[in-house]
Amino acid sequence: MTPTSSSGLTAGPVDDVVASEASLRRFLQGLPGVDQVGAEARVARLATRSIKTTAKQYALDLAISTMDLTTLEGQDTPGKVRAMCAKAMRPDPSDPTAPPVAAVCIYPDLVGVAKQAVAGSTVKVASVATAFPSGRASLPVKLTDVKDAVAAGADEVDMVIDRGAFLAGSYQLVFDEIVAVKQACGDAHLKVILETGELATYDNVRRASWLSMMAGADFIKTSTGKVNPAATPPVVLVMLEAVRDFADATGHKVGVKAAGGIRTAKDAIRYLVIVNETAGPDWLSPDLYRFGASSLLNDVLMQRAKLATGRYSGPDYFTLD
Amino acid sequence: MPEAFAYAPAPESRSIVSIRSSYGLFIDGEFVAPTDGRTFKTIDPSTEEVLAEVYEAGPKDVDRAVAAARRAYETTWGSMKPSERGKYLYRIARLVQERSRELAVLESIDNGKPIRESRDIDLPLVAAHFFYYAGWADKLPHAGYGPNPRPIGVAGQGIPWNFPLLMLAWKIAPALATGNTVVLKPAETTPLTALHFAEIVQQAGLPNGVVNIVTGAGETGRSLVTHPDVDKVAFTGSTEVGKEIARSIAGTSKKVTLELGGKAANVVFEDAALDQAVEGIVEGIFFNQGHVCCAGSRLLVQESIVDDLMMRLKRRLETLRVGDPLDKNTDIGAINSFEQLAKIRELSDIGDQEGAERWSPACELPDRGFWFPPTVFTGVSQAHRIAREEIFGPVLSVLTFRTPEEAVEKANNTPYGLSAGVWTEKGSRILWMAQRLRAGVVWANTFNKFDPASPFGGYKESGYGREGGRHGLGGYLDV
Repeated sequence: MTPTSSSGLTAGPVDDVVASEASLRRFLQGLPGVDQVGAEARVARLATRSIKTTAKQYALDLAISTMDLTTLEGQDTPGKVRAMCAKAMRPDPSDPTAPPVAAVCIYPDLVGVAKQAVAGSTVKVASVATAFPSGRASLPVKLTDVKDAVAAGADEVDMVIDRGAFLAGSYQLVFDEIVAVKQACGDAHLKVILETGELATYDNVRRASWLSMMAGADFIKTSTGKVNPAATPPVVLVMLEAVRDFADATGHKVGVKAAGGIRTAKDAIRYLVIVNETAGPDWLSPDLYRFGASSLLNDVLMQRAKLATGRYSGPDYFTLD
Repeated sequence: MPEAFAYAPAPESRSIVSIRSSYGLFIDGEFVAPTDGRTFKTIDPSTEEVLAEVYEAGPKDVDRAVAAARRAYETTWGSMKPSERGKYLYRIARLVQERSRELAVLESIDNGKPIRESRDIDLPLVAAHFFYYAGWADKLPHAGYGPNPRPIGVAGQGIPWNFPLLMLAWKIAPALATGNTVVLKPAETTPLTALHFAEIVQQAGLPNGVVNIVTGAGETGRSLVTHPDVDKVAFTGSTEVGKEIARSIAGTSKKVTLELGGKAANVVFEDAALDQAVEGIVEGIFFNQGHVCCAGSRLLVQESIVDDLMMRLKRRLETLRVGDPLDKNTDIGAINSFEQLAKIRELSDIGDQEGAERWSPACELPDRGFWFPPTVFTGVSQAHRIAREEIFGPVLSVLTFRTPEEAVEKANNTPYGLSAGVWTEKGSRILWMAQRLRAGVVWANTFNKFDPASPFGGYKESGYGREGGRHGLGGYLDV
């Protein structure tokens, strides 16, 4: 795989950067640093935004329509996936105004089942791949994993980067893998999982974000959900700053997916405020922002019903699929 | 185009505070009418509505208050067991916490500052100051002022309108912890939280006369400062008034601490964490509408990054929300008074005339009340008045530098020296700068961070003495 002009960008504004391993390293290590205290203070400040009435309505619906409803368990079965797909298409059986979620996110072997289940709806099928979640396999194995998912009809592929290679400073290796996976994806959209919980520093999150975007990611995603910590507000802030700066530099807008650990409507709204005030309103759409979550949806639905009726219903009134 | 994610109004309820139609002077443990009965009105600067009528203390009232303080000093407070004094201060701190919602709302109504700041910054710091100095009350022999440091006596204290209750705490907590009694004059535009604090003093059962609060304007302050039985003067406010105070007490045995104006440099190097530097710039100058003596009102940017940084700063300023101080989403509230607004306008107009380039984000200002949009002047040179004079409003002057030496030279080239900020990812440069900046506080990769344990005060015309921390005790001890 030759990196030259193989970046996912047609305009080629970053061709110079990815021309050689040395220039890639220089660029990534030359990115402005992230001050940990300042980044954390910024999201703490944004968390005090008070989102009420109409704004809350908007945010709750947006949280649903940007959600990748997820099940990534060894115990997943076709039955479980079909049930989740039904929920994805019509999250609240008692309220048809609740929008469908953006996508369902599953393991590659269940793509066929999901594809059939969501046929005719707007819900996309996203498949994790590339030896998810650790990514510890050879490149041919990873590519086969991707091709399987795409052949089965996946609209979106969620790959993991090689964190070991990244931490060892082998940026070129990570870059080339993403480029190869992007090619294997064909028309399917590529989300690149950084697994920020293993990258440990915000500087690394920023570098990995730029690396992935330059390699052709359509989305950058925080986490697999299998490592703690998963998505955190400051990590998402840093990633949103990266996509914003990348769009300024190249004109190309890359999406952000916050995945793992987001369980309450309150948390979801806080993330949407960060999106709104960091990357801007353009990112308030499933084309450029996603939540990856398994248990978030019911809390959002409960809050939504509370807003509409003025009353909280018990959790028994919301389906567990 | 309408905003996609338009935040609906989220106003904090006013019902938690009941504002009385008039307030007496707080002397010797009770609210009393003044001798000559003159009054003035305090208004809500965001609507110009009258909030309450407040008495203006004349010389006889000040005399009464000082006499009460003297009596309390000699009969109860000055000789009280230190651990007992500490208990009273702890009690006050807890009462402040219990009533913090009420006090925050009242502060925002009377001052115009956003409720987010009065709730999340002012009030927690007020309580923290009382807790901190409560802890010192019985540990003074370990403060570094000898084995048995003595109080001074009666303190006359004048505080400004920008952080009314917080400045009250900075003044009263260390004075009481060290065994002094006080007569405090709040600013004429923001007397209400001090008067509600007087209720807390009653609630805490503090002996009569230990804390006296006399409202009024400059005349009242003058009577207090020059009163022959006041042993110690502590003042926070403008350099102009500070100089007047220093002159008026020259030749007397009064001790004095002054915390005055500033024109702080916020220095951003090319290797700074840019996104956080932008936050620090915003925090530095737009916190509390720029009504902050240590505000980072002069931004010094390394020339190599000025375009990138200004682009980021302006984009960030577009997201600031200006308006109703009681809306929980408001970032910038009202200017405290018409006089202050006139001063900000005048200096900004001078900035235009001197050739600096003015920029403000698009923002709609309310029709009534006192408002000024967040404003940035670029192309400012050291010679411009907006680079030299304290504007005390949401107005940032941007200058550039080429080398660290030039940054230090420009930062120090001011009669003031209260605070400074340094933004760089290089630790050695932070230390190099901190050694050379002539400012009482140097913040590194942050700005406007306060803690009761940290001393605060100025170099040069920003005043003398330190408030906060162990050092803050020195101003109230006979050492």
